[in-house]
Amino acid sequence: MTNVTAKPARRPAGRRAGGTQPSGWWAVAFVAPATAGLIALYVWPFLSTLVKSFQDVPAFGPATFVGAGNYANLLGDAEVWKAFGNSALYTVIVLLGIPLAVALAALIEQAGRGRTIYRVLFFLPVVTLPVAIGMVWRFIYNGDFGLLNYVLSWFGVDGQYWVADPRFTIYAFGVVGIWMGLGINLIILGAGLQAIPKAVYEASALDGAGRIRQFFRITVPLLSPSIFFVTILTVIAALQMFDLIFIMLRSVNNTALADSKTIVYLFYEKAFVQFEQGYGAAIAIVLLIVIMIATALQFRLQKSWVFYG
Amino acid sequence: MAEPAVRRAQRRRTPTSTWPIHLVLGVAAVVMVVPFVWQLLTVFKTTSEVSRVPPTIWPNEFSAHAFETFFSTVPFWSMFAVSVGALVLRVAGQVAVAALAGYAFARMSFPGRDALFGLFIAMLMVPSQLFLIGQYQLIRDLGMLDTLPALAIPGLFSAFGTFLMRQAFLNLPKDFEEAARLDGANPFQIFWYVMLPMVKPMLAALTVLTGLYSWNDLLWPLIVSPSGENRPLPVGLAGLQGQFGTDYPTLMAGALVCSIPLVIVFLVLQRQFFRGIANSGLKG
Repeated sequence: MTNVTAKPARRPAGRRAGGTQPSGWWAVAFVAPATAGLIALYVWPFLSTLVKSFQDVPAFGPATFVGAGNYANLLGDAEVWKAFGNSALYTVIVLLGIPLAVALAALIEQAGRGRTIYRVLFFLPVVTLPVAIGMVWRFIYNGDFGLLNYVLSWFGVDGQYWVADPRFTIYAFGVVGIWMGLGINLIILGAGLQAIPKAVYEASALDGAGRIRQFFRITVPLLSPSIFFVTILTVIAALQMFDLIFIMLRSVNNTALADSKTIVYLFYEKAFVQFEQGYGAAIAIVLLIVIMIATALQFRLQKSWVFYG
Repeated sequence: MAEPAVRRAQRRRTPTSTWPIHLVLGVAAVVMVVPFVWQLLTVFKTTSEVSRVPPTIWPNEFSAHAFETFFSTVPFWSMFAVSVGALVLRVAGQVAVAALAGYAFARMSFPGRDALFGLFIAMLMVPSQLFLIGQYQLIRDLGMLDTLPALAIPGLFSAFGTFLMRQAFLNLPKDFEEAARLDGANPFQIFWYVMLPMVKPMLAALTVLTGLYSWNDLLWPLIVSPSGENRPLPVGLAGLQGQFGTDYPTLMAGALVCSIPLVIVFLVLQRQFFRGIANSGLKG
């Protein structure tokens, strides 16, 4: 398997590297299941996706190498560009939920009694099936008798077909994405808030700083590592959005689907509906590259705003 | 100079000053739960009442029609059993496999350890879609499409879980192992009786996270249950929506019934959920 089996002999108890136990076969037995699974179900599939991205893989019959053909097709494929654009737009919208989460987390932290109730309420979408969430929001977004258009009519705003008109679908998904992600973000940010020493607030209060000022001068800078972490997680998850589009458009044959596909949806369609696995694999590889670039970019940018006290 | 500031600071500390906070949070919480409330109200309406403009808020009469339609057309209990079975298999398997490997990575020395752990970390950074084609192929070649184990198998192994468990074991003091070893315990006994009980919070965290993921997952079950046998709840619900596209009360009833089990588990174990998320968050 790997070179973990190279040293079977048990070493004498006195010689320990860095305080860890001498282990030999025991270590092999401990890591073998995880390693076997990792190789069979992750490393090998990853490599096979990489190889397939350079192949034409018909549903039946042998695959043939086409060099960078899939990637060349991908670059000239308007559907792919559209999907990346949709995923990017969705990601930007969902990112707007982070300032909201920071503000709410700070408020919850100061709420004293009732904190848990708020956390539970905001967390409910996290423990609700995403499929169910998609169904409920599809109903709310319904253009003819949906709740959203009804509420908008109170303010004299014209209703729209939010998930049937491709001009609005991604924004409609984005709102649901913010709503769905809030609960997790609040918990992570809440844990970060509790790590900020109370003395800092007390000292600044003595200096006459009000709550708003404290929020921007103390809370946000000291919380910035957590905010950064939440941002990284949010971007990665948003770039992989699939469930909402599947449930709100695909499962009901909504015609807006053609213009609303996200990267992962397009990947699913190519690889598992049309069984063009070579092309699907190339899309997946590009997704990997995009996520890596987005993450690397954020690590670059963090130097200018994340404060490690 | 300092005098009024102190007074102001004290005033801010009085209990009455939290009401604006509760006001803002209350409004936000209401917005947050409106979709669920709307779902609950819709469940009891008739299909014709639902399509009325403007919509009625309160149901004209409480009708059980939606639940009847749902339970008579969808094999809810078998889907539920599949979801639960896949979850139990996946959580138990992953926690066991990840705890063993995490312990070895944290506490044992063996040749190639760091390189092997590097491979786990590398896979941790790859988005899950990159594995789907190969995993599907493996399941298909094993003749396991449309089976319950197929739903759980990839999730038995997790670079993320291994990483979390390693972090947990790294934080433990060394003395316990030393003492147990002097008492003649073998490495598995040390792991099982001494070390594992000390990482219970992380085991709970991993259980919660894996369980949540298993329960909610749509894409993988969709891929490995092409015929529709052994469908877990998310796939079955998606099918229901395809079948009853505009029968909103029935759809809302289905969404409600399928979501309720995990919501109840969450309400009972909310501390574990929050701690699980926070733990993985801070250490991930």
